Amino acid sequence: MSDLTSLTLKIALDGLAAKSFSSVELTQAHVEAVEAARSLNAFVLETPEQAIEMAKASDARRASGSAGRLDGAPLGIKDLFCTKGVRSTAGSRIIGEFKPTYESTVTANLWRDGAVMLGKLNMDEFAMGSSNETSAWGPVVNPWRTAGGNARLTPGGSSGGSASAVAAELCLGATATDTGGSIRQPASFTGTVGIKPTYGRCSRWGIVAFASSLDQAGPMARTVEDAAILLTSMAGHDPKDSTSLPVETPDFASFVGKSVKGLRIGVPKEYRVDGMPAEIDALWEQGIAWLKDAGCEIVEVSLPHTKYALPAYYIVAPAEASSNLARYDGMRYGLRVDGSNLTDTYEKSRAEGFGAEVKRRILIGTYVLSAGYYDAYYLKALKVRRRIADDFEQAFGKVDALLTPTAPSAAFALGDRSDDPVAMYLNDIFTVTVNLAGLPGMSVPAGLDASGLPLGLQLIGRALDEGTLFSLGSALEKAADFRARPQKWW
Amino acid sequence: MAIDVATVRKVARLARIAEPEEKLETLAKELSGIMNWIEQLGEVDTDGVEPMTSAVHMPAPMRDDVVTEGGDPEVVLSNSPRRAGNFYVVPKVVE
Repeated sequence: MSDLTSLTLKIALDGLAAKSFSSVELTQAHVEAVEAARSLNAFVLETPEQAIEMAKASDARRASGSAGRLDGAPLGIKDLFCTKGVRSTAGSRIIGEFKPTYESTVTANLWRDGAVMLGKLNMDEFAMGSSNETSAWGPVVNPWRTAGGNARLTPGGSSGGSASAVAAELCLGATATDTGGSIRQPASFTGTVGIKPTYGRCSRWGIVAFASSLDQAGPMARTVEDAAILLTSMAGHDPKDSTSLPVETPDFASFVGKSVKGLRIGVPKEYRVDGMPAEIDALWEQGIAWLKDAGCEIVEVSLPHTKYALPAYYIVAPAEASSNLARYDGMRYGLRVDGSNLTDTYEKSRAEGFGAEVKRRILIGTYVLSAGYYDAYYLKALKVRRRIADDFEQAFGKVDALLTPTAPSAAFALGDRSDDPVAMYLNDIFTVTVNLAGLPGMSVPAGLDASGLPLGLQLIGRALDEGTLFSLGSALEKAADFRARPQKWW
Repeated sequence: MAIDVATVRKVARLARIAEPEEKLETLAKELSGIMNWIEQLGEVDTDGVEPMTSAVHMPAPMRDDVVTEGGDPEVVLSNSPRRAGNFYVVPKVVE
């Protein structure tokens, strides 16, 4: 029954509804695929027994006519989401063998709708990274390889496990999170669809915090429609998150396939950066042509503060992280390394528990928030952030959505950029603006580069207008007719 | 702006991360590289710009100040590195 793993989520749900196969059969096929793909290192914890139990319960619900929206669909869960009784590590040694005694709101919503959990997915430590190489569990490997090559490529990050598992058909979809591009860049690197919804759409409750004013959960899937189905379940107002928006969640799948005729699409000229591969520029032009063919009107717009988004992000995000990660002190949970006194115990536990990139960001955050530097760095960055948000507001006075590349390159080899932090940060140059402004952004696979690696295009929408992104995303998906899949080598 | 070894030592202390002396020089270089790249923010005119502290345009929601859950020490203590009865065991705090 290995064909069951190559179904889209939508077709699998239809098959379950038609009783063409059971959730136990569907789940078993995925459990076997996960076991056979350990060389990808996508999962940090497999939960096959729990998965089969959940699948059996789903089949019983379906037999009694009470199936939910996602009933019986096996999914992977990024290890940043706390799952009750199931080890959740955020890719960090400092959290150790932590078993949450509660369930994150987003995953609780998925289980409410009947989904099945296959296990926990690898990620950069505390979601800080763009290549999955900062994970305490070692890097995830991209199922894609260059044509004729066998170098191990990064699936991107921080949601590298989610991206790799979805692309390699180990699960029908996955949860992910995005603070500066951590859903969209891995989606681009693996030929998958990923959407970071509007800030406040998905509850952050029970998701290990990185930078609270930027963090947002979203799905990764193999089609735009699958992403829409997943987001409809994941989203929703939650009183337990004070920044969760008290708004209704539309049925996002109803926007898929809708006409985009007459929509005005902005093309921000500042996203044409020096040194960007010609192929990415060409793909962007192709995307513009596709949307024009679909009846959209193309408008050049200006987002003048774009180049300042990354430096502003590298003040705001580390500042928030240094505060959020202060809780890891070895006292109540996680790793404790005994020292000669209380402070020594804190310092030793944190030195041993955090990896190099996380320490770097905590130090930067502590520095920019420290006495004498707060105004010069932190306050300045918050003002630049306002400028960036204002740029978008002006653009959205003229257009309905924006089209840009997702990332400035295709997937690169593991190890290629790990010794230069700033070079690694530049991966998020096109995605980070969206987090700063709190807007929704989606990456859709649009083509392959000359070496056969996938490239994505990004759509950016108005706050709470994910619906338009799903319509435009499905128009791009249809025009691109992206059917390439990684050749199985694992 | 260049960050020197003394500043790294101080910041690491504030962040409660033990960084060995021999690593401070490398860290100072890395952090200086990042901060130098960040300096370009100085080019942006931000006079009179209101700092953006939240991506959500709504007032903070209020709720009744009542206990919603709790009263289960087993749940609270289940991940503790060291415990004695219903207490966490921690290093001596007051000398």
